[in-house]
Amino acid sequence: MDLNYTEQQNAFRQEVKTWLAANAPAQPLQSFDTAEGFQQHRDWEAKLNEGRWGMVTWPEELGGRACDLIEWLIFEEEYYRARAPLRVNQNGIFLLGPTLMEYGTEEQKARILPKMANGEEVWSQGWSEPNAGSDMAAIRAKAELQGDKYIINGQKTWSTRAVWADWCFGMFRTDPDSERHRGLTFILVPLNTPGITVRPIPQLDGLPGFAEIFFDNVEVSVDNRLGGEGEGWAVAMATAGFERGLMLRSPARFQETARRLVELYRENQASADADPSIKNAVLRAYMDAESYCLTTYQTACRINKGGKIGAESSTNKIFWSELDQAMHATAMSILGARAELLPHAPDAAGVGTWLDGWLFAQSGPIYAGTNEIQRNIIAERMLGMPR
Amino acid sequence: MDFTFSEDQLLFQESVRDFLVNEVTPEKIRESWESETGRSPELWAQLAELGLTGITVPEALGGLGMSALDFVLLAQECGYVALPEPLVHTALVAVPLLTDIGGELAAQWLPKIASGEARVVVGLSQNLLVEDAHTADLILLQQGDDIHALTPGQFNLRHNESVDPSRKLYAVEATASNIVCSDVAVITACLNRGALGNAAQALGLAQRMVDLAVQYTSERNQFGKPIGSFQAVKHHMANVAVQLEYAKAPVHRAAYAVANDLNSASENVSHAKVVACEAANLAAKNCIQVHGAMGYTWEVDLHIFMKKAWALANSWGDAGFHKNRINDFILRADTPLGAGNTFLN
Ligand SMILES: Cc1cc2nc3c(=O)[nH]c(=O)nc-3n(C[C@H](O)[C@H](O)[C@H](O)COP(=O)(O)OP(=O)(O)OC[C@H]3O[C@@H](n4cnc5c(N)ncnc54)[C@H](O)[C@@H]3O)c2cc1C
Repeated sequence: MDLNYTEQQNAFRQEVKTWLAANAPAQPLQSFDTAEGFQQHRDWEAKLNEGRWGMVTWPEELGGRACDLIEWLIFEEEYYRARAPLRVNQNGIFLLGPTLMEYGTEEQKARILPKMANGEEVWSQGWSEPNAGSDMAAIRAKAELQGDKYIINGQKTWSTRAVWADWCFGMFRTDPDSERHRGLTFILVPLNTPGITVRPIPQLDGLPGFAEIFFDNVEVSVDNRLGGEGEGWAVAMATAGFERGLMLRSPARFQETARRLVELYRENQASADADPSIKNAVLRAYMDAESYCLTTYQTACRINKGGKIGAESSTNKIFWSELDQAMHATAMSILGARAELLPHAPDAAGVGTWLDGWLFAQSGPIYAGTNEIQRNIIAERMLGMPR
Repeated sequence: MDFTFSEDQLLFQESVRDFLVNEVTPEKIRESWESETGRSPELWAQLAELGLTGITVPEALGGLGMSALDFVLLAQECGYVALPEPLVHTALVAVPLLTDIGGELAAQWLPKIASGEARVVVGLSQNLLVEDAHTADLILLQQGDDIHALTPGQFNLRHNESVDPSRKLYAVEATASNIVCSDVAVITACLNRGALGNAAQALGLAQRMVDLAVQYTSERNQFGKPIGSFQAVKHHMANVAVQLEYAKAPVHRAAYAVANDLNSASENVSHAKVVACEAANLAAKNCIQVHGAMGYTWEVDLHIFMKKAWALANSWGDAGFHKNRINDFILRADTPLGAGNTFLN
């Protein structure tokens, strides 16, 4: 065990820091759940990609730097410290990207990954349907193979950023007689294909952060199938693994929230201490964010040495989503009567972005497989309890 | 950056686990409760034979010369079996303190600890009572800012019974004075090691309680099926698994900080102690619940582990002590918090 960064790792950190200091936007971009903000974030992705910082773990020929997971964590630390923009294409680069590298053909990788990397093609996910939420195996939207095309009919919902995205990846039932996990196929669909209707759904903050997608005889080339026909479940499980895993929710994000929370507490200590539970909650936030970081580093080091992530990765999603909720709840308590005020309200001095974060934190325990479903998985697969 | 244990460390853990699980069964622990001292000279001799009593004793003095980092996984295993013998106390507290004090005292006692001939225990002001004072050949007792080295005849003992029958606790009244150390830093390091020992054992205890509860709920049937198939029962256990999973790395980080004498050692240890003991307390709470009335009996083994977990949570610094240390750290104006600072000290 050696908990020092190597010289190479320190140099890498310095390089990230220097580039971000020179290139990260000085002012926060608009929300990517607006048309203008979406474009701003797309442009930012292009800039990151030009600097070869779009996806540092990708191979060099795809514009990456072939970084290992420790370098990835370092990159994320500097990225969050620099308050650089959220990643509008995260469903592409963090979820579909790694899945493509595992299951995609050479042709697919060459066609899809470069445009994903430079923000030219932004991706949304299409798993959920009105009657297939937690029970994803109940998917009914169907794709029928006719010649070299799939004809898709049905509906997807809750598809994040689909309002302005260019593509959607998801699962469709290709065998009409199949049930549950069988007969599903993973297909990539350009959202400008005739027959597709995207209907925005306003989220808690009022902005259309996700959408319903209706498919009416939508024709998609068979070249857009990822993995074999009927093998969609296995491919999707890989994607879901990346979503729950450390790619999407690196510790830096929560450590920065914890740091801001300590600052908020310090600035408001006199009033905050009127509620004795707040001090403990701040402490808790710091400790849990550190625990999350330490555990992630330990996992990353194990993977670097050839280890695999096991069922214990289901604990990850519960831990970060509940930590995020708790930290924002604490911030709301510290802000007291100001907590409900929108940031632009005239008397909302010092509320920062906590309310936005609080709203978004409500969704963490729901998306990417609800925390109840994760608890079922932990009990059955990690602890071996009876089904 | 390599946050993993070596093959050797993991193999050592495995062999010690095999030994302990075979030798320190719940039946043996119950037997020890009936014995006069609650301690087994035979088991201690076996532990010495395996090199464990002297694991942290310098090689020159007859030990294995290993560090807190080498020992932490073994301390987890001691927790897993709820080992009544003071092995964690010896390896993490008494031996390093004697080593820090050095000189004649260390030269005299460390070889005897390694060979299993002598038992040495430590009582700091932070401890209400002294563990295992009744079988000690030497007590290192803090009074004020000083550590005194006292041998039988130089102290009186008053026994205090613990909820955990395996714990032997004594109020120690010194009848002689023999100052061997007045170094605050040494005393703080000693306290940190004691707290680290509790944290590591708490991980093992929590794991053991989970294992017992998973086994029990898989076998016990109600409503025509195993109670472990009910979601409410599963979620009780999953909640423990989550907390336990995230308490491990902090304990290992603390062991590294202690072994390498890092500036952050106190904060790291306090963090580890709080989260590991909370995980063990949650394990106790949820595991007794899923056992139903069986869990509330003397007969079922769960309480062996549950009671030790409760005791460890408040010894070598209670939660208030450790939380305050972290609080002082995070509220200090010059503490760098946030991303990228976790390993920078
Ligand atoms: C912000 C946000 C973004 C999202 N983005 C996407 C996206 O991009 N693409 C996409 O496909 N989907 C997306 N989703 C949808 C998300 O995956 C689903 O909401 C989630 O899987 C839960 O499904 P549901 O909403 O139908 O809830 P339900 O499945 O109806 O669940 C409702 C409640 O019942 C509980 N429940 C259900 N089944 C069980 C069970 N077996 N055991 C215990 N409890 C159970 C749940 O835990 C939950 O508490 C998003 C959701 C949110 C909130």
